[in-house]
Amino acid sequence: MQQTSKLTVTLPNDLEIVLTRSFDAPKHLVFEAFTKCEHYARWWGLRDMTLAQCEMDFRVGGRWRRVLRMPDGSEHPFRGEFIEIVPTEKIVQTFVYDVEFIRDHPSIETMELTEEGGRTTLTATVRHKTKEARDGHLQSGMESGASESYDRLEELLAELQG
Amino acid sequence: MKELAEPFSISQPAISKHLRVLERANLIERGRNAQLRPARLRAEPLRDVAEWLETYRRFWDVSFDRLDDYLSELRAKESQESHDRTDR
Repeated sequence: MQQTSKLTVTLPNDLEIVLTRSFDAPKHLVFEAFTKCEHYARWWGLRDMTLAQCEMDFRVGGRWRRVLRMPDGSEHPFRGEFIEIVPTEKIVQTFVYDVEFIRDHPSIETMELTEEGGRTTLTATVRHKTKEARDGHLQSGMESGASESYDRLEELLAELQG
Repeated sequence: MKELAEPFSISQPAISKHLRVLERANLIERGRNAQLRPARLRAEPLRDVAEWLETYRRFWDVSFDRLDDYLSELRAKESQESHDRTDR
C-alpha cells in the first residue's frame, strides 16, 4: 500500500533539521518502537541495510550505540545518550555519527509525539551546535563543498522570496 | 543582461538583483567584457544539494515506511493480547 511520500523535511533555521511524519498507530506504540533494539532492527535504515550491533540503556543518562551495515559490508556506527524521556510523548538524546571528524560534532535530537483520532504525528528536530556542524551532518557521505553550496542556496532562496 | 531579461516580465533592475544573488551563491559565473557581463550557469553545487537532500530524505522515508508496517504488527499483537486477557 505505497502512497505518495508522507515525510516532510524542513530546515527552519541555520541549526536545525525537522522531520515530520504521521503513523496509523497510537502514540504509545510509536514511542515503544524507539525504546528497544529489537524494534530498531525491524525498521531503522533502508531495506538492504542491517542493524549489525545495538545497545540501548533506555533511561535518562543511559547510553545507546547502533551500527548500521550497508549492502557492501561497510559499517556506520552511531551513538548517544538519553537526556530526557517523557513516556509516550518525548525523547531527547544526543546523536553522534561515530567516525573521525564528524564525531566531534554531536547533535541533539528531540522526538515528540502527538496523537489525534488514533493517528500519531512524529516531529523529530535535529539540532546542531553550530551551522558548520549541521552542514557537516548534511554532507556526511557527500562531496566536499556541497555544504557551502547548500548555505548559499538557502540564502538564495531567502532572497528570491524577499 | 538585456538578453537575460527579455523572456521575463520583470524589470532589468530585478534581473540584475537576481543575478547578483546567483553570483554570490556561486551558481553562476560572470565575465567582465567591457559593458557586457555574460553569465554562465554553474549547476554542480545545485546537483550536490539535490543529491544530499534526496539521500537523507530517502533514508528516513524508507525507515518510516518500515516503521509504519512494523507498527501494524505491534498493534495486532497488542489487540491479540488484550483479547487473550478478556478471554481468561
